[in-house]
Amino acid sequence: MKPFDLLRPSSIAKAISAKQSQVQFLAGGTNLVDLMKKHIATPDVVLDVTPILSSQITGSAESLLIGAAAKNSSAAMDKLVLASYPLIAKAILAGASPQIRNMASTAGNLLQRTRCPYFYDTTLPCNKRNPGEGCGMREGESRMGAIIGHSEHCVAVHPSDLCIALAALDAEVLYAVAGEKKPMVIPFKDFHRLPGDAPEKDNNLPQNALITGVRIPKNPFSKNYAYVKLRDRDSYAFALVSVAAALHLQGGRIVEARLASGGVAHKPWRWYQAENFLKGKIPSVEVFAEAAALAANETAPLVGNAFKKPMLKGAIEVALQNCLTA
Amino acid sequence: MFVEYIPVTAYTNHLITTIESMEQPKISRRFFVSISAMAGAFAFIPASVKSAYISAKNLFIPQKRALPLSVSINKKLYKLQPDTRTTLLDLLREDLQLTGSKKGCDHGQCGACTVHVDGERVLSCLTLAAMVQGREVTTIEGLANGDELHPMQKAFVECDGFQCGYCTPGQIMSAVACVKEGHTGSVEEIKEFMSGNLCRCGAYNGIVKSIQQVAQ
Repeated sequence: MKPFDLLRPSSIAKAISAKQSQVQFLAGGTNLVDLMKKHIATPDVVLDVTPILSSQITGSAESLLIGAAAKNSSAAMDKLVLASYPLIAKAILAGASPQIRNMASTAGNLLQRTRCPYFYDTTLPCNKRNPGEGCGMREGESRMGAIIGHSEHCVAVHPSDLCIALAALDAEVLYAVAGEKKPMVIPFKDFHRLPGDAPEKDNNLPQNALITGVRIPKNPFSKNYAYVKLRDRDSYAFALVSVAAALHLQGGRIVEARLASGGVAHKPWRWYQAENFLKGKIPSVEVFAEAAALAANETAPLVGNAFKKPMLKGAIEVALQNCLTA
Repeated sequence: MFVEYIPVTAYTNHLITTIESMEQPKISRRFFVSISAMAGAFAFIPASVKSAYISAKNLFIPQKRALPLSVSINKKLYKLQPDTRTTLLDLLREDLQLTGSKKGCDHGQCGACTVHVDGERVLSCLTLAAMVQGREVTTIEGLANGDELHPMQKAFVECDGFQCGYCTPGQIMSAVACVKEGHTGSVEEIKEFMSGNLCRCGAYNGIVKSIQQVAQ
């Protein structure tokens, strides 16, 4: 690791004013410390923000608020989350290991860098690590790569499971910036970005902003939901394809459906076309298969990951079917 | 091969005469004064040479940044000054010689470094030492009560929970937490909640059995 100063700002305002390009916020450290060991992140100053951020999980009539410093494990075990927002717990438990979930923070989970092997291996080219260097994965070993929303500059995928559930549930990201007393808000679908010609940017969070929490609006998806994650081993691996599905059923019909996927794009990907198709339909294996085909047909796999298209189709079908038995 | 025998006396006599015949070096007054002046001049150089050396060193060799840290490890309070870069694992192993916690991958992928911080299992390789300020850390060394092994340690011995033993300290720390968290309902549940600890010998069946034995 490159030597750095570790400071503990006493307030959110002080943390923001101390933040510059060579300064990094540190919470759980499960991603940043790893990246620092590999000299991919080389901050001069690290700001420990865990003491100044909330780790509370609070509910109101309209929404649930998860504090930025709330650990993944506490969010997954929270009674309120389990009762009214169980998809979140399900997604969290599909990711990482118990040790890592005990360390990882909610805000840190949103800011995870990709696990693309070309990003992690500093001897290989990567536009995300070194802008302008070229994308190694695009024409290389692209098995773990994106199948939708990728660009000629980057085919990396977003690694989080929690974020897939948050995207499906239309969450909002709250953050603090200098000079603003009230927290600012970004809808979750606009938080992460597609690589385009600037893959070094993972999200649309303004410079020097500090995430303070995640808000999830009250929703009717606490009964019929599922999270399906397909990966190389049964546990403790990043997704090849994952699907968060949620159905609001009334009178035997689908009032509203939510479908989001991980492992397929540079950001948590919502399948709006399939969601619209499911609206008003009577749930059946055939209807689910048709919706899944709609989503799968939107994709454009790379040379090395054509298998992800049928895998996605199957995962969506299974997830929707699991919604009925959940 | 013939070796010519040279009597010792003849040899030493020869040496003595050579030394005696050597001329003593003559140091002139002029030479002494000019050398002294040059040496004196050198005395003024080191300040600038030294500073040039230090700034070159600072440019190429990064400076260490230390941080005061007080932490309780296995119920013993330590006051330390680790480098900011020190991970909890390196602090335990390198600074405190608590080498029970193992460095497997050093990147949070194997679980060999698992310790408890405030009673919860975490990976010490991805935890900066600075982040455990004021916390209570428990390592494998702090599990037994004197010579009395922790029930999980006993179970690992009884159920063949290991072969080579390298992953074992991490497995045991994780297993203790797994039981405490109550994730022992089925073999599948135990496996899922122990998935962060890899064992290359494949002693998984014995590990699961150990956990079941303690959970009962």
